[in-house]
Amino acid sequence: MKKYLLALAASAAILLPGAASAQDKTKACFIYVGPIGDFGYSYQHHQGLLDAQKHFGDKLETAYLESVPEGADAERAIERFARSGCDIIFATSFGFMDATNKIAGRFPDIKFEHATGYKREHPNVATYNSKFHEGRYVQGVIAASLSEKGVAGYIASFPIPEVVMGINAFVLGAQSVNPDFKVKVVWANTWFDAGKEADAAKALIDQGVDIITQHTDSTAPIQVASERGIKAFGQATDMIKFGPETQLTSIIDDWGPYYIERIGKVMDGTWEQQDVWGGMKEGHVVMAPYTNMPDDVKKLAEETEAKIKSGEFNPYTGPINKQDGTQWLADGEVAEDGFLLGLNFYVEGVDDQLPQ
Amino acid sequence: MRLELVKRPQQSRAFSALSPFIAFGLTIIAGAILFAALGKNPATTLYYYFVEPLMEVWSLHELAIKAAPLILIAVGLSVCFLSNNWNIGAEGQFVIGAVVGSVLPVMFPDFQFWFVLPLMLIMGMIGGAAYASIPGILKVRFNTNEILTSLMLVYVAQLFLDWLVRGPWRNPAGMNFPETRTFHSYAILPEILPASGRAHWGFVFAIIAAIVLWFVLSKTLKGFEIKVLGQSPRAGRFAGFSAGKMTLFAFAVSGAMAGLAGISEVSGAIGQLRPAISPGYGFTAIIVAFLGRLNPLGIVAAGLVLALTYLGGEAAQISVGLSDKVVRAFQGMILFFVLACDTLIHYQIRFVKSKAATASLAAAQVPNV
Repeated sequence: MKKYLLALAASAAILLPGAASAQDKTKACFIYVGPIGDFGYSYQHHQGLLDAQKHFGDKLETAYLESVPEGADAERAIERFARSGCDIIFATSFGFMDATNKIAGRFPDIKFEHATGYKREHPNVATYNSKFHEGRYVQGVIAASLSEKGVAGYIASFPIPEVVMGINAFVLGAQSVNPDFKVKVVWANTWFDAGKEADAAKALIDQGVDIITQHTDSTAPIQVASERGIKAFGQATDMIKFGPETQLTSIIDDWGPYYIERIGKVMDGTWEQQDVWGGMKEGHVVMAPYTNMPDDVKKLAEETEAKIKSGEFNPYTGPINKQDGTQWLADGEVAEDGFLLGLNFYVEGVDDQLPQ
Repeated sequence: MRLELVKRPQQSRAFSALSPFIAFGLTIIAGAILFAALGKNPATTLYYYFVEPLMEVWSLHELAIKAAPLILIAVGLSVCFLSNNWNIGAEGQFVIGAVVGSVLPVMFPDFQFWFVLPLMLIMGMIGGAAYASIPGILKVRFNTNEILTSLMLVYVAQLFLDWLVRGPWRNPAGMNFPETRTFHSYAILPEILPASGRAHWGFVFAIIAAIVLWFVLSKTLKGFEIKVLGQSPRAGRFAGFSAGKMTLFAFAVSGAMAGLAGISEVSGAIGQLRPAISPGYGFTAIIVAFLGRLNPLGIVAAGLVLALTYLGGEAAQISVGLSDKVVRAFQGMILFFVLACDTLIHYQIRFVKSKAATASLAAAQVPNV
């Protein structure tokens, strides 16, 4: 038995793909919270990996783990990567924050990049996120231009600042077209659960909304919208094939440019800790083609997108009132990034109580 | 023509002992075919699956971390299942144990003394036991089906935790994210050998619990009572044993074990409460309990093997690029072969022609594994 095991181990060592020749290659490793086949959040991160692989070719080796549960398992997964020769590790979900920082403390020579978090406890931890709310503002503009009832439905995941920021941006965009526009919110309490998301979409449509948007990752809401004959927005990736007659546009998370930039910096030794919050300008937030809408609405959407992209306009520019009618931002005042990252209240026009 | 399972009059002792090994061998063969069909080298893949995670010390620590809650919950469940009480809600008891045990570090963060941790562990056990007692009492008092009540209480517990971490227990310095404050140092379950890895004392608790319960089940009157009431409630009554008291006892013991697993996981491996603290340990432990044939020492082995398949699955994903879905299918194959081998020891397959079918239908028995 022992002999057999030894033989097995020996044969494995020989067959190990590129274990010995890994020296001159840079290895980038990715941890996803969902399956790469979710056609949403984790799928897009994986597209970023593929972009980087394509860009660097033979100089880069990649590995990934999908569907890693947040908690004790995440720490093990990250440690396994740290020990398997990765030079840079991308932990792509908020829930990996503490695990990433813990392991980073023990492996100072490896670079860690944590998506959507705020803790950088060691010099080898960087954080990155995208200003998805810029895209949501454009969606709001489109929704208010098309909606006959003046009410949109919003399927939200968790009441964290990023999601609240998105809801507010959507409302602000809509109100720039129709000042009386309202948004109804349903909290699905999940990032990815096709069943729950479909139920939320049905509930919203039954309450009379004629456009829905989502901050959850499955394609279920857009499919429900298409069955019921209303319009909807995709999420994280271009979902047009799940609703060819339904999708107006989609906010695409394009992580490719960021991953290529950061891996490049590891290769030439210029990687440094940073906290990046890129938007349309940096190419991290991209809008899918504007479809299923009249030309004038399309033109308005493109103009809005161009203004945000050039930096001429920030969706969070006053005057903006809080939900209770008190003033938040005065005319012309722009919200600071640091404040937005901790945002925990709605603006006027949201038809929902924010869970506290 | 159809197939039928018929109980064997006598079971082969040799095959009973060999069955886990035969099952393992069959899994290896089927796995090798699967991996080869996917274009992966079967030897390399199996090496990463079963050998690589055991070759390094840190990985052994991880194995202990993963196995600890499975073993702890499963040995508690063995008392329930042996006494014919079907507690399916260990996942909920795990969560409530974690919540009750976390009261001190979350609500009284300034209360920092050495005895905080022992108090937390005791409170976790009490919480789990009390929560498990709900289906126990309902069964004894109202004759409700404990499978349904204990299972439904899992969802209640998970939603309660979800509400706590998003609402009253949310970390005031956590930017609104759904998690409690991190535990202070007196509330952290220490690591066994901090120099070599992060395995915490939860694994030691699991081993102690397994040994104690093995002793109780095999050497004491209480153990005899548990088994008699499980196999024949009527015989138990003649012996003067109370089935009602046994139900309460079994639920309390398994709830306490699940609660201890919950607070150990939270204070040892995670360090705070989050919306989801268990990737389904309470349900996986049911499989572990049966893989270990409801024997606490067998459960230790089963828990380690199942934990190994998780670690090996990750190693195979990283090193040979196996998909996460294949990893789960392979894990399912292990369980399938183990249960199939066990079933064939107790039952034989008979081909029945359709005419005789109705006659033998009454005689046929379905295995209740």
